[in-house]
Amino acid sequence: MERIGAVLHQQLVCYRLQLRVLSTSLFDGLLAVFFPLMFATAALLVYRIKGDPEAMQYAGLGAAIMGMWTCQGVIASSLLTRERWAGTLELLVAAPTPLSRVLVPITMALSTIGLYCVVATILWERWVFGLRLEIASWPLFVLSVLMAALTLALFGFFLSVTAVRYRTSWSLGAALEYPGWLLCGFLVPVELLPDWIHPLSWSIPTTWAMAAVRESANGGSPWADLARCAAIGLAYAVLASYLGRRLVDSARRNATLALT
Amino acid sequence: MSAVQAVDLKRTFRTRTGLLRRTAKDVEAVRGVSFRIEPGELFGLLGPNGAGKTTTIKMLITLLLPTGGSASVLGHDVVDDVREVRRRIGYVFGGDRGLYERLSAYDNLRYFSELYGVAPREQKARIGELLELVGLTGRERERVEGYSRGMRQRLHIARGLLHDPAVLFLDEPSIGIDPVGARELRATIGLLKEQGKTVLLTTHYMFEADELCDRIAVIRSGEIVAEGTPTELKQRVPGGRVLEVETYGVPEATVASVGEVGGVRSVAMEERGQQQVLILQCEPDAEVTQGVLARLGGVRVGRVVSREPTLEDAYVELVTRA
Ligand SMILES: Nc1ncnc2c1ncn2[C@@H]1O[C@H](COP(=O)(O)OP(=O)(O)O)[C@@H](O)[C@H]1O
Ligand SMILES: [Mg+2]
Repeated sequence: MERIGAVLHQQLVCYRLQLRVLSTSLFDGLLAVFFPLMFATAALLVYRIKGDPEAMQYAGLGAAIMGMWTCQGVIASSLLTRERWAGTLELLVAAPTPLSRVLVPITMALSTIGLYCVVATILWERWVFGLRLEIASWPLFVLSVLMAALTLALFGFFLSVTAVRYRTSWSLGAALEYPGWLLCGFLVPVELLPDWIHPLSWSIPTTWAMAAVRESANGGSPWADLARCAAIGLAYAVLASYLGRRLVDSARRNATLALT
Repeated sequence: MSAVQAVDLKRTFRTRTGLLRRTAKDVEAVRGVSFRIEPGELFGLLGPNGAGKTTTIKMLITLLLPTGGSASVLGHDVVDDVREVRRRIGYVFGGDRGLYERLSAYDNLRYFSELYGVAPREQKARIGELLELVGLTGRERERVEGYSRGMRQRLHIARGLLHDPAVLFLDEPSIGIDPVGARELRATIGLLKEQGKTVLLTTHYMFEADELCDRIAVIRSGEIVAEGTPTELKQRVPGGRVLEVETYGVPEATVASVGEVGGVRSVAMEERGQQQVLILQCEPDAEVTQGVLARLGGVRVGRVVSREPTLEDAYVELVTRA
């Protein structure tokens, strides 16, 4: 019982401190706070020309998840690289706590940042554009947004592991930022993209999360999309933890500079 | 049981160069190092850059697998009992990395207390105690960003001590710290010894090892070339004189040829800003100045000083001797 208490305490404290690390580095410039809001503004200005409330709803939902994608995704995919530059990665690995328990609170902190982006964008859309999103089912909508944040954290985490393992792929996370706007169907439906791109879209959990968010807002059933999103997110988590363990082993054996 | 024991420890690195035709080259960083550290002892591993100090420590703290030999900490093998070893050791390296810049010192310590398994209800007292020990009480709420190098280093030590490890590994903790900061740091390390901690300290400063350590092993090119108490090592200083020659832009080949002058035992070069100072260990009564200046030929020469050998010279001779 005491052990469980200690583990919970550990996870909670680590979550709060990691959130502090992430949010101070993200929000240090005021600009960063407004970043997602700028994208939302641009998107809504373009869509407003149509004067169609359905289109505004489409863009409003898309912009919210797009803000999450941009902020949370970028931080997540450079996570380990930053820990490595700070020289803390080696200490995390050398700690007697299993690495997975170090990483869970970090993932949660990342998701929290993503949720902030969604909430900030929705409020901005309401205050500045008077856009009231029609949400058919709030519980399902919230669930879909939570799923979006969690799976994006896992996906970003996967990218960050590969970034440390294969140096050249460090830019992959950054390179995905803008194509992601198209790939995940934030502002343009995925179906409009060329067929050969579809598999790429489907392999990103955020595409399914976006679909689930739209379904739950528009009164449809998000469950199928949520299930796919969860499955793909989980696949990335498993892959990331496998690669992570390989990374640490290889660092011990081959003294790759991965940890320092 | 020894606190730390290394038996014929070896580590080879394979480095690859070339993009197209990759050629592998083996670097023997540590070649058969053996030593024992008894509980409560402060043991110094002294050697120049690249001697293999960090590599040795990384093997002992389980971050690197040895390619030969074996080692144990408090009876636990560093390859097989990783968790047991990690629970019992603290690790502090020099330099200003390894902290969360955006967090306060207090939050840094709280984070690592959780990861190093300090019981929640003991954390507060423990952190307070350690801040006191390293002299950071009152500054703990400030972000590490604003800390000086010396403060960071002391915070590092506090971090390494959080889980009250029995054995502490300090890898060049004084690197890059100003003399005052370095003195405070030595005082802190002295306190650890009084508390009965076993400490393995690496350094390339002779006086630091001399002041702090119970026993010193001098490591050079991955091998231990001398071991003993500071007093024992001092007795190894051969009688003789030291000639220091300030030069500007002296070529490697010339340095080597200076070493061949009769009466010169060894020659070492030290960069001091624009100058390269040649430090020659000479036979007691040899008159070498003329011979040396002749060899230097057209090289610009500054002051030439002859003096008694110091402890540092003994160390320099140990690590430069071919
Ligand atoms: N990861 C590595 N890959 C290849 N060579 C390495 C690596 N780490 C250290 N070395 C080499 O091993 C030797 C010993 O290095 P190190 O243990 O860091 O020395 P010290 O800490 O005494 O300065 C050096 O020649 C260094 O270049
Ligand atoms: Mg070193």
